[in-house]
Amino acid sequence: MTDPVLTPPPHAVPAVFTRAQLDWLPWLEPLAPEALTPRHMAALVDAARAGSPYFRLLARDPAALEARTRTDKDIFYNTDAGLPRAERELAAAATSRVNGCIYCASVHARFAATYSKRVEDVQRLLDEGTGAALGERWEAIVAASVALTATPVAFGPAHVARLRQVGLDELAIADVIQSAAFFNWANRLMLSLGEPAA
Amino acid sequence: MMTDVIDRLAGIQPGSALDAVRARRAEARRQAQASHDALFAPEAPGEVTLEERRALAAYVCGLHGEAEIEAFHAEGLAAGLRAAIAEAVAASGGPGPFGHYPPGPLSAEDSEGLVWQPDQVLAGRLGARLAAACAHLHMLVLHPRDAAPADLQRLLDAGWSTTGIVTLSQIAAFLSFQIRTIRGLAVLRASLEAAS
Repeated sequence: MTDPVLTPPPHAVPAVFTRAQLDWLPWLEPLAPEALTPRHMAALVDAARAGSPYFRLLARDPAALEARTRTDKDIFYNTDAGLPRAERELAAAATSRVNGCIYCASVHARFAATYSKRVEDVQRLLDEGTGAALGERWEAIVAASVALTATPVAFGPAHVARLRQVGLDELAIADVIQSAAFFNWANRLMLSLGEPAA
Repeated sequence: MMTDVIDRLAGIQPGSALDAVRARRAEARRQAQASHDALFAPEAPGEVTLEERRALAAYVCGLHGEAEIEAFHAEGLAAGLRAAIAEAVAASGGPGPFGHYPPGPLSAEDSEGLVWQPDQVLAGRLGARLAAACAHLHMLVLHPRDAAPADLQRLLDAGWSTTGIVTLSQIAAFLSFQIRTIRGLAVLRASLEAAS
């Protein structure tokens, strides 16, 4: 017998980008909480993620999930210099805005707003898109994220030069690259394995 | 120990300025490689064979127009399958991301592009499983915001299981990261070399 596609329960579909807390409903069956083995728990990295249908679905390929999660954590949480956390989250939000991942954009716009305290600028990015006026430094980071998100990749020497002009050193530029690149990974999983609910 | 794939394809030499930059994010470097290994050299391939993984990687790299990364992933692929993948790339390539939003204010940002399924002849050369997987990965790479439950149903109908679909999705999503990291770091490397 083939596996089923799940039909999510009735829910409000978010039709705009928002900083509000959203839910995420899977289209494929996650592992049941009681079916999680020690290997699955190791792959979740944080035990609390056993409560998330998204992570319990990805836990079906535990090796891929564990390495994905540890990559994510170092790109965004490593505090050794480089790009400030707020701007790593800005790159994540901008990437999600371009790909159209309303769920990921909501989470990382919230983080960007919290860490930068520039709530109105973050909201303008969500409302107007990646062409929004955000000041030189943020516009350079957003433009780099947009170019990295394009297929084929459109990031070039002019983006690096612009990031340098607004004060980023090579470690900070590498952080922009990895933050945007990582959300090209995350967006595709979130968008294609389930849907957001308001 | 196997060479770090991102370093190798971005041209990052040991002892170089960018080698030092990557060392500051040592866990991300290690885990990006671990992700590569989990997807392309898994302990147990399970439902998605190593050849299917390589073929799908070649397809995703081809869609990105990244010949060198494609050649790396396609190494060892049977000639007939590699030719079929090249044909799929030629038939389905194009710029991304495009696609549709839920009806509402964002509908003004909807954009159109090719929604692709291999034709019967190409599907025959790829086989039903890979044909369905390529169609799905085309959507994932170029218009992921169009994803819908019907896409998953098509994969299930072609014989993939839920667990197999998770792995297929990780392959497309991880490569979208790996390709952008390689390309971005290669540009940064060139700019550092030009400045020194």
